[in-house]
Parts: sequence; structure tokens; C-alpha cells
Amino acid sequence: MCSVDRKITPLSKLFLLIIFFILYAPIFFLVIFSFNSGETMYNFKGFSLEWYRELFQDTRLLIIVLNTVVVALLSALLSTIIGVLGALAIHQAKKRQTKNSLLSLNNVLIVSPDVIIGASFLILFTMAGIKLGFYSVLLSHIAFSIPIVVLMVLPKLMEMSPTLIDAARDLGASRWNVLTKVIIPFITPGIFAGFFMALTYSFDDFAVTFFVTGNGFSTLSVEIYSLARRGISLNINALSALLFLFTMLLVVIYYFITQRNKVNGMGVRKR
Amino acid sequence: MENKLTRNLYMLPYLLWIVLFVIAPIFLVLYYSFFDIEGNVSLVNYQKFFTPVYLKMTVSSFWYAFLITAFSLLVAYPTAYLLTKTKHKQLWLLLIIVPSWINLLLKAYAFLGIFGTYGAANSFLKMIGIGAQQILFTDFSFVFVSVYIFIPFMILPIFNSLNELNPTLLDAANDLGASKWTTFRRVIFPLTIDGVKSGCQVVFIPALSLFMLTRLIAGNRVITLGTAIEQQFLVTRDWGMGSTIAVFLIIIMVFIMIVTNTRKRGV
Repeated sequence: MCSVDRKITPLSKLFLLIIFFILYAPIFFLVIFSFNSGETMYNFKGFSLEWYRELFQDTRLLIIVLNTVVVALLSALLSTIIGVLGALAIHQAKKRQTKNSLLSLNNVLIVSPDVIIGASFLILFTMAGIKLGFYSVLLSHIAFSIPIVVLMVLPKLMEMSPTLIDAARDLGASRWNVLTKVIIPFITPGIFAGFFMALTYSFDDFAVTFFVTGNGFSTLSVEIYSLARRGISLNINALSALLFLFTMLLVVIYYFITQRNKVNGMGVRKR
Repeated sequence: MENKLTRNLYMLPYLLWIVLFVIAPIFLVLYYSFFDIEGNVSLVNYQKFFTPVYLKMTVSSFWYAFLITAFSLLVAYPTAYLLTKTKHKQLWLLLIIVPSWINLLLKAYAFLGIFGTYGAANSFLKMIGIGAQQILFTDFSFVFVSVYIFIPFMILPIFNSLNELNPTLLDAANDLGASKWTTFRRVIFPLTIDGVKSGCQVVFIPALSLFMLTRLIAGNRVITLGTAIEQQFLVTRDWGMGSTIAVFLIIIMVFIMIVTNTRKRGV
């Protein structure tokens, strides 16, 4: 009797099938039409790699890709460093109240809508006199990636037994030694997960970058947006096929990181 | 050995980040909301916000966000429920999550092709005899694409809370003679309400504020709070008014978080 509920009926299978179809159809639709020799997204004329060739000859676009990668790597690196320090600070706070308020402040940027982050950072950079461009984009990517690094590292710190540190101290390790020889090795999986999340946040961000990027500087998301506003161009399809492959690669890497380390939960993207 | 100051020096970058990028921006937005477009201190933005134009926009923004959240929930709950019953459920869950990693703009762009006048959706409609319709730049396309984008975010928390559900409770309900519907209404749903709440939270707030979707998919028919902020900041360049709308969006956001956060999420 009770096992009746745990079987999956053909009807439910169909439902799941439809959901998966709806989720993946648009993505494959994009990829398929990237091979279209025609110029539209509704009439498949024949197979060609024309759009890919055009993509690789577009130096402006290649520079934008390079910008995006540089911003992502730099911002992930710096936000990981600051985030780890932040997680250590939160972990070492003695009073529970201090800990909780630090954590709440940490989470403000995670729950804030991108538009608000973008708009407020625009005001901030303008008031601080920072020219909009590479540095403003880099700074804001660092800023919105820090909290996610903290959230990835903190559970690892919590897991660590405090006796480990006491033991190291008793055996004569200096604070620096404790940090580099005991704490950092223990939380390394969390650090990697944090770095990885920061990387993908930066790659994917559109709204914040859109606000704080000036005229001369652009990232891939901003570029796709301005292309898409002009209408269909199968360049974007070719680009999206490549990005899709790249994303799959990231997913596989992330899957292995989480499988090996059991970092808390699966990372779903913010938006 | 070391004094307290140098020992705590490592916190400096993080604390600096909190001050500069968390606290300062909020106050700057609040500060700017008190300036009119010429840079004079005034409450004119707040007066403007309470005129019918902006109130209507706020209400319609809420309405769209509500529709998007409701439809996402309607699709996501059964999906999450069925997923927990599959073999290899973690793998299937991963497959649900993968599309959420694809750049949002590319997904929106895909729908420009699918919903276009000669697009795949219209060919299908023609095939089943309804005939071509204007799909793009309608309310329908906006809600559909938003739901499409938000579904993974809604499924994940619901899946997690369903997964934690103790199956013996269902057996107990069954043994005590509850019908399937009663079991769902009185046992399963109340026990997974936390997942539903956090799912609604992660969908509702972005649904109020996404501006690229309204621009790309809804033409300029749908104006959400996010679109209005973007418009004021980057097009009209009336930062005061933009900040005022942002202040209200922040207030709404805090309110939603209080409503949906019953369980303390402490450290």
C-alpha cells in the first residue's frame, strides 16, 4: 500500500519530460541555428560554420571576451582573498550578536536586486571620482562576489574542531603558522568553491556591469544585450553555442568540486 | 607577543568592504532621493512617487511579480515532488539546475527567435490551426520567459525541503486513512512550506526588478520597478527620482524578507 506513492506513474514521467523539454529546447534552438547558412532564426537553409568564422574574425568581440575573462579572474582572485579574511573575522567574533550582525551585513548584497546594487555603485563611483570603465567594473565585481565567498568558506571553518588550533598552539605554532599550516589547508575546498562561484558570478553578471561600465569598456553580457536589442543576428547564436559548451565545462568542474568536498548545497545561480 | 591591533589588522579589508560597498551605497541612495533633478534638496521625488503614474506602475510591477511567482510555484512544486521520486534524483536535479547557469540574456535572446513573427511558436500554432499570433512584446511572453528563467530557482529549495521530509510520516497518514489529497494538504505541504517560502523569495524580488527582460521581451509595454530605476538612472539621468524608487524597492524587499523568513537562519 505505502509503496504505491513512491512509484512514478507514466503521466508524471510525461510531465517531467515536458518540463525538461521546455527547459532545454530554447538552448538547443539557439545552438542549432548557429549552424544556419541563412540569416534568420526561423528558416534553416543549410549547414554552415559561417557565423563561427565571422565570430573569430571580429577583433572587437575578441577584445570584449578578453576583458570579460580578465575581470572575472581578477575579481574572483581578489574577492576570494578578502572573503576568506572576512570568513575568518566572522568566525573569530566572540559575541554571538557581533557574529550575527556581521553575517547580516554580509548577506545584504546577496539578496539585493542587481538594479539597486548597480545604481548605488554608480552613485558611489561618481562621488568617489572613479572613472567608469575597467576599474569601476572590476571593483563592483569584487564587491558583489565577496559575500558568496564568505558563505562558501564559513561552513568549513565551523566544521573545523577548535581543538585542532589549540593543539597547534600548544605545540608552539605561531599565529601565522596556525593560519597557513592548519586553518588554510582545512578550508581549501571551501576556498576553491568560493573562487569558482565568484568566477561564474562575474561571468554572468549583466545588470550591475551595465550600470557601472562607461562608454569605452564592455563585457560579454553587456555586449550580448546591446546586440540582442538590435534584433536577431546569428553571430549571437554562434557565441551562445560556444558559451554553452564553456558553461557545461564549468558545471562538470563544479560538480566534481562539490562531489569531492560536499560543500554545502548545490550552487544555483543568483539570477 | 603581538598586540591586539596588529592581530586584528587582517579584518581591515573585509570591514572596509562592508563600510564602502554595503553600508555607504544604501545611504547614498537614500541621500540622493532627497535631491530633485536640478540638485536642490526637496521632497519632490517622494511627492512624485505618490502620484497615480508611479503608484500604478508599482501596483502593476507587483501584479507581474505575483503572476510570475505563482506560475513558477505551480510548475515547480509538482516538478520538485516528482523529482524526489525518481532514481538518481541528484542527477536529475543537476539537469534542472544547469539551464540556470546559462547566461540569462542568451535565454531571453532565444525567445526573441522562438516567439518572433515567423518563429517556432507561430509555426506550431499554424500547424494546429490557430494561426500566427503576435506573441513577442505581449504580457504573455514576458510572464512566460520570466517563469522559464525562474523555475530552477523555485525548484531547488522546494526539492530540498521535500527531500528532507520523513517518508514514515506519509505512511502514517496513509495508515490513518488520509486520502492522497488530505495527506498533501495536511502533511506534505505544511512541512515543506519553508522551501516554498524561500523559493517565492528568490523569485519575487528579482521579478520586481529585472529590467533587461522587460526591455527585450516585453518591448516597453511592461514597466517594472527595476525598469523604472534603470530608466531614471541611465536614460533620463534623474538620479534623485531613480534613488527614490530604489528606496521603495529596498523597503519592499526588506518587508518580503521578513514575511518569508520565519525560520531563523542563524550561523
